[in-house]
Amino acid sequence: MIPAAFDYVRPATLDEALGLLGKHGEDAKVLAGGHSLIPAMKLRLAQPKIVIDIGRIGDLRSIGERDGKIAIGALTTHYEIESSDLLGRSCPLLPEVAGKIGDVQVRNKGTIGGSCVHADPAGDWPAAMLALDAEFEIASPRGTRTVAAKDFFVDMLTSAVESGEILKFIHVPVTAKTAAYVKFAQKASGFAVAGVAAVVDQARKAVAVAVTGVAAKAYRATGVESSLRGLEISAATIATAAQKAADGVDALSDIHASAEFRVHLARVYAVRALELAASRG
Amino acid sequence: MVTTTENAPEVNASQGYFGRAMKRVEDPRLIKGIATYVDDLKLPGVLHAEFLRSPHANANIKSIKTDAAKKLPGVLGIFTGADVNDKAGTIPCASPLPGGKSPAHTVLAGARAYFVGHPVAVVVAETRTIARDALDLVDVDYEPLPAVIDPEKALEEGSPLTHPELGTNVAFTWSLPAGDVDGAFKEADKILKIRMVHPRLTPMAIEPRGCAASWHAGESSLTLWTSTQIPHLVRTLLPGMIHIPENKLRVVAPEVGGGFGSKLNLYAEEAVVSYLAMHLDRPVKWIEGRRENASATTHGRDQIADNEIAIQKDGTVLAIRSKIIADVGSYCQLLTPAIPTLTGLMLCGCYKLKAVRVDLTGVHTNKMSTDAYRGAGRPEAAYMIERVMDLVASELGLDPVEVRLKNMPESTEFPFTTATGLMYDSGNYQAALKKAQDLADWPKLLEERDTARKAGRLFGIGLSTYVEICALGPSKIMAAGGWEWACVRIEISGKVTVITGTTPHGQGQETSFAQIAADRLGVPIEDIVVLRGDTATAHFGRDTYGSRATALGGTAIVMSIDKIIEKTKTLAAALLESTPKEIEFKDGKFFINGNAKTALGWGQLASEAYVAKNLPAGLEPGLEASSFFEPPNCTYPFGTHIVAVEVDRDTGQVKILKYIAVDDCGKQVNPLLVEGQVQGGIAQSIGAALMEKTVYDENGQLLTGEFMDYAIPRAADIPDFVLGSTVTPSPSNPLGVKGVGEAGTIGATPAIANAVVDALSPLGIRHLDLPFTPERVWRAIQEKEGQS
Repeated sequence: MIPAAFDYVRPATLDEALGLLGKHGEDAKVLAGGHSLIPAMKLRLAQPKIVIDIGRIGDLRSIGERDGKIAIGALTTHYEIESSDLLGRSCPLLPEVAGKIGDVQVRNKGTIGGSCVHADPAGDWPAAMLALDAEFEIASPRGTRTVAAKDFFVDMLTSAVESGEILKFIHVPVTAKTAAYVKFAQKASGFAVAGVAAVVDQARKAVAVAVTGVAAKAYRATGVESSLRGLEISAATIATAAQKAADGVDALSDIHASAEFRVHLARVYAVRALELAASRG
Repeated sequence: MVTTTENAPEVNASQGYFGRAMKRVEDPRLIKGIATYVDDLKLPGVLHAEFLRSPHANANIKSIKTDAAKKLPGVLGIFTGADVNDKAGTIPCASPLPGGKSPAHTVLAGARAYFVGHPVAVVVAETRTIARDALDLVDVDYEPLPAVIDPEKALEEGSPLTHPELGTNVAFTWSLPAGDVDGAFKEADKILKIRMVHPRLTPMAIEPRGCAASWHAGESSLTLWTSTQIPHLVRTLLPGMIHIPENKLRVVAPEVGGGFGSKLNLYAEEAVVSYLAMHLDRPVKWIEGRRENASATTHGRDQIADNEIAIQKDGTVLAIRSKIIADVGSYCQLLTPAIPTLTGLMLCGCYKLKAVRVDLTGVHTNKMSTDAYRGAGRPEAAYMIERVMDLVASELGLDPVEVRLKNMPESTEFPFTTATGLMYDSGNYQAALKKAQDLADWPKLLEERDTARKAGRLFGIGLSTYVEICALGPSKIMAAGGWEWACVRIEISGKVTVITGTTPHGQGQETSFAQIAADRLGVPIEDIVVLRGDTATAHFGRDTYGSRATALGGTAIVMSIDKIIEKTKTLAAALLESTPKEIEFKDGKFFINGNAKTALGWGQLASEAYVAKNLPAGLEPGLEASSFFEPPNCTYPFGTHIVAVEVDRDTGQVKILKYIAVDDCGKQVNPLLVEGQVQGGIAQSIGAALMEKTVYDENGQLLTGEFMDYAIPRAADIPDFVLGSTVTPSPSNPLGVKGVGEAGTIGATPAIANAVVDALSPLGIRHLDLPFTPERVWRAIQEKEGQS
């Protein structure tokens, strides 16, 4: 339970952080809220020689409207999202997800950026990010680039953020209230065995459904989405469409849930997420 | 979580302290964080030990290279089995069974590692960080071998052997033939068969283990501070291991953050740390990490039972035959073999079975040892017999309450001797059952179930009417004495010091023993201090486990106080120029019978006793007495738990909707403590019933070594409780107290199990083993629905 020795540095600006990251390369890890990195370091699964603590870079901790979308700084904590009036009005899916993460202590320290970059296959944020088609603004010494959510979650514990880069902002759209996130939590860790985010666009008769916890990375349940395109949302149409919630994915299997059970839960929670989202209209 | 206590007694100062629901004197220091646990000890010059542990379940150790690690600055030494095993003895089993085969349990692995977590080497360094870094530099060449994991496969011909030199994986066998079992089976109208599995559990005390040892070279004596439930037993067993005389060893249990049986043991680390302190002539401290705790601190339960039950059509249960396989892991530690024998002895539960036959086989596998864990053998027994009663009811189409009542002894039949030869001291099972049903509003609960079932919901009601054996116990049946000791001292100032040989580690006896003493002596409770846990202060004791402290420790205190009162009457008589027969003692005052004006108080009398100018001839100075209480019998608490659950058909999740418990622990010293014990016991049972299981994979890798994977209940998992009690005093001790530390854990799991099976019964499900995880429940439902 004791990390290997490491150096610690706390840059005041993003540029300074990028400079340090460039200088130390593979020897460095970025520290945001610490709730993924520090446990890994204590178990010596991660042994960075230098920890670059970006936690005090105030610019990256914000929630604000920008160009008709909402820009969330990567260092915004889950709690700040959970309690944001702006998001409650404009993108209520996010506060709902935030409130289901971990526990109070985790939510006070953990950040949306850190969580997304960590890309835990059972993390809650990836489902919401995919369902919202969020955009990830990534900084490097060369400038800024934007990656769509569908390209951001690359694999288990691998995001599109490359070495030498730091995630700056996450941009999400303004949505109607008809969105929901439900999850079946792993009893010990609280992570998702199956977590489903659904955004219902009643006007366009279209849904976005994304699933986390079931496969090596979160995914859009495109089978469910196409089954509902153009249809009136109802218990019956949802029930039929939700059967496709795990189509085309290799479900994970561990002591907490077999692949078969995960597939089943993906379907059950797709129903629950869609019904809940639709009911909020 | 809200607790409604049906009969919270009123606090009334004039009625005394016994029976009063008081807050604990222990709590302020614990809440403020100023209590001293092992890791808080500041020992000048202390060194830190870290253990290198086997990552393999079964492996030959070909070589251990320590050169690189030794070179790390700050490392004082690295020790392997070759260095210490002949100097620190072998770890004892205090309860071997006749014919049992035991491999020598050296403190560190020798030629072979036998379980994941088995300590292989120890590093001692100036700081804990350096010690931990040094572990990474020790190079062990392991030759992995096939692991013995499944206990039933381990008994098959041709299975790899956990300990090849034993020639078998059988650790021990034990049979309890009680009564004419064959005759009962011949007489039976029906024979039921049921296989029941109680999974392995990890106790997960909030404070992992740890110890620190200091060698006093001048006196050639050693002090060992250790997070233990049993400082006295350690003091008895450790000297032989590390070759020092018993009276040169002091063992101290400081504040201990929970034990639950997992600290009812003598561990390798305690012996190694002690040896290292002596060898290096510097204090050495070791603190366990959680992962170590999960893999190298004793586990609980882990029994597979094939049961046959002989019954009559009218619901009479005549006899049970039980073949039990206990997966004990790689070694028998202190009480490992004894635990499942308690299951056999308590298998009749609170019923008048004619006969019982238990055939127990302990099996060695490449896992950590099992040993006592809250309930220690009795939860397994209660689980089995209470599931059996429900099975009998459903098999015969009878009411599960009626079946229980039919088989229970009347309250007038106590002391009641069971088929297995135990003499239950007192009981009124019917009264507890009725009270629980009343608190549960039983008819309304049945209606609720009807309504739910009509709506297609999986709603279930379960109950358990349990009895258990505790306050262990008469020395004849205990390994090393079952008595308990106390010393009570009136100081010169009139203040009172109570020293107990029990070792409370969360049970609250600093408060409850003060309550007992305050009442008996007639002194304010603030004037009393209760000391425990240090063998230099509490010279004798048999420590805390088996829910024994209040019944036995409390009685030893009362015996000591009565001796002091006797002596003080003589002193008072001399001072009042009267005779002892004329002296009355009431409300803390001694006076001549009928003449309250002559009253002398403790302060005055104590002063006289120690200043000793006016003592009568033949009366020794001082006001101190100690006593050993040898109990004539164990005690048998009992009760009824009633649970209502609902199962989510789609996810298999079980939600506890209602929880009612009526527990009878005899007379209650402090109802607040009783309630706390019951709540905690039920919480641990909820864990066992719904989410907990220690999992080793087929290679013996521990998959539940962290709280990320081993689920224990959180506050949100605990339902609102409705708690009540009946009071059936125990004749086994003058306080009438039984014991309540484990009762909740024993009564609750079967009630929850019965409720879940009841919820699933409309689908044709007859039995389901623990834990009722969502997937397990879902699969049971799928299987049945697939068949229909």
